[in-house]
Amino acid sequence: MEIPYTIHPRPDTGVYNAKLGVWLFLASEVMLFGALFSSYVLLRVGADSWPHGYDILDWKIATFNTVVLISSSVTMVMSWASLMLKDFKKYKRYMGLTILCAFIFLAVKAFEYDTKFGHHLYPSTNTFLAIYFTITGLHGLHVIGGIIVNSYLWGPGSKMWKTQPERFANRVEVAGLYWHFVDLVWIFLFPVLYLL
Amino acid sequence: MSHQEKAAHAVTSAHQEQHTVAADHHDLGFVRKYIFSQDHKVIGLQYGITSLLFLFFGFSLMMIMRWQLAYPGEQFPWKWLADFMGQANMPDGIMLPEFYNQLGAMHGTIMVFLGVVPLAVGAFGNYVVPLQIGTIDMAFPKLNMTSYWVYFVGGVTMLVSFAMPGGAANSGWTSYAPLSVIATTGQTLWLIGMVFLITSSLLGSINFIVTIIQLRTKGLTFMRLPFFVWAQFVTSFLLLLAFPPLEAAGVLQLMDRLAGTSFFLPSGLVVSGQPLAVSGGGSPLLWQHLFWFLAHPEVYVLILPAMGIVAEVIANNTRKPLWGYKSLVYSVIFLGFMSFIVWAHHMFMTGMGTVISTFFQTTTMIISIPSVIILTALLLSLWGGSIRYTTPMLFALAFLPMFAIGGLTGLPLGLAPPDIHLHDTYYVIGHFHYVVAPGTILALFAGIYYWFPKVTGRKMNDLLGKVHFWGSLVFMNGVFMPMFIQGLAGVSRRLYDGGAQFAHAQGVLQWNEFMSTSAWLLGLAQIPFIINFFWSIKKGKKVEANHWEATTLDWACTTSPPLAHGNFKVVPEVHRGPYDYSHRGSKADFLPQNQPGEA
Repeated sequence: MEIPYTIHPRPDTGVYNAKLGVWLFLASEVMLFGALFSSYVLLRVGADSWPHGYDILDWKIATFNTVVLISSSVTMVMSWASLMLKDFKKYKRYMGLTILCAFIFLAVKAFEYDTKFGHHLYPSTNTFLAIYFTITGLHGLHVIGGIIVNSYLWGPGSKMWKTQPERFANRVEVAGLYWHFVDLVWIFLFPVLYLL
Repeated sequence: MSHQEKAAHAVTSAHQEQHTVAADHHDLGFVRKYIFSQDHKVIGLQYGITSLLFLFFGFSLMMIMRWQLAYPGEQFPWKWLADFMGQANMPDGIMLPEFYNQLGAMHGTIMVFLGVVPLAVGAFGNYVVPLQIGTIDMAFPKLNMTSYWVYFVGGVTMLVSFAMPGGAANSGWTSYAPLSVIATTGQTLWLIGMVFLITSSLLGSINFIVTIIQLRTKGLTFMRLPFFVWAQFVTSFLLLLAFPPLEAAGVLQLMDRLAGTSFFLPSGLVVSGQPLAVSGGGSPLLWQHLFWFLAHPEVYVLILPAMGIVAEVIANNTRKPLWGYKSLVYSVIFLGFMSFIVWAHHMFMTGMGTVISTFFQTTTMIISIPSVIILTALLLSLWGGSIRYTTPMLFALAFLPMFAIGGLTGLPLGLAPPDIHLHDTYYVIGHFHYVVAPGTILALFAGIYYWFPKVTGRKMNDLLGKVHFWGSLVFMNGVFMPMFIQGLAGVSRRLYDGGAQFAHAQGVLQWNEFMSTSAWLLGLAQIPFIINFFWSIKKGKKVEANHWEATTLDWACTTSPPLAHGNFKVVPEVHRGPYDYSHRGSKADFLPQNQPGEA
């Protein structure tokens, strides 16, 4: 006896277990980042003075990073779509690109952090920088998590394609949902921290 | 244990012939079977044992505190115990205020996050929910195992914090900033421990929701779910959505403590006569908002599974369907939603403004409606029933008035004007302990006595059970009832001398000794339970698979179901609602959910 609906959707709910699971996980992530953004709002409203993000942060480089991250979301979809078309080679290529984009994003982020530290701007300097480092840092951890999962699905995990193709495609889909969420957080985070 | 294992093996062997897959699970080694097990029943038992130990530990902290409250500044009578606490905490057996604060903070943390919630959700939920919905396991067994071990690490972190310089966290279980930000290292471990516990309940709650939505067996529609499953379902949503903001708050406070940020530190803060060298500009109130956004739903996390257990036991022992099953279900869902918008009724005294207070006292009055509906429906379920006064039923019956006292004493706290008088007094302590201790904990005991035969195939001793029941009931009231008296007189809650130096307290000081004695006797009253528990595992009276003649699916599976994905011999199909007792025109007193015919 096996646990039902691990691969195929349950007819009356229309989803398989992991897909429902990841949506619930994302709901809790919304609450996590929602709390952080709410904290930002409360702190900013209560502050005597609050700097403009674009005066302290480099919005040009962040715009570049936004493009990188959105591209990685596109390639993530393409990798899943390739699996749906039974094209494993293309899957590998697109998934590889997704991971590459994630690394580029992190490298740029590291460069940004380094520049800030170089100018003696730390989390302890003021509350704006504190929230900047906390939210982008937590987002960075999510990117790292995504890299780990995607690399597994690109490398050793992709062996499953030969034995259980449907299950493997499901895994990629679920990882994709998470990855789009990470992307979405950045899309909120970028204007709030860099442009306002 | 050996007998059980034999029985389990015998059943598993029988299964093998039917399901070849079962063979894979049969050969699991000891570690995979009992320690890093992925079976929901083993994980449930792991949660159960660990959380009972934590409950006992958390209660012990309180029994030590009660000495200081009853006899402030006097030498502790047991030298070895005072020595064990250390010279830094209890020099010459006399408790220091700093140590009292640690005990208070850790009592709350341990009882709530490491005791009651893991027992109510982790243990009962894990063991019973998959059985009641007629499936073989939780949806994600590996995640389930991870959830337990992450909880375990969180618990160990909390215990280790006592050994830190300056001891464990000492800023109350609420960890209010800015006090907690400038507190000793124990607070850092508290935050790290909390992050583990939050992660654990996140994994658990996803698992429960997916399991309940996806793995319900054929014919088991949502409106045929036992109320216990509904309660766990709503509880899981609360855990899923309310905990992350505390995780965010924990991260922010960790940043404040470790990276020198000022999220919760206002400008111009002076500590011990020295201005604090931080950038400032933070908001202590922000912590309270984030904390209570979790901690109010948390109250319902504590109470809903208990209501679920009580509903099961009452339906079973009145031999009639629950009164108003649909009202119960809609109430519990409504309660779940409302619990997210009442949090600031804990903060009427913070000066957040009358408009906000008005909003939150209104929502608080609204949320009392579903609670009252649930309690009334359970009470009316007794009407006209042929009640069996079994041990679990006694606990379930006692839950009703105890929870009612807890709930009704909460009303004055939910309205801002009386709360100004009662806030931060012993009245508040009395109120929430009535909800959680004589309320939830009695219900959890009911659950232990009720499902014990399912787990072990043996029944717990009734005489010892009744001694345990009456002792617990009487002494719990002895501990908590005088708190209302003291609180109404205006005694503040965190005084380490029990109010000896507090003008308001002078007229009601004599109650301290009474409450402390009751607490220690309450400790003694648990001894029959501990003896009963272990004795019954080995020597308890053997009973049939459906000992209580219950209708839900958990009683349709074999007794002491084998520990490897083999709950049911045949996948059950459900033909009726959860509580078809005393069906008109039916010969049997009860119709199990999986029994076909006679719709």
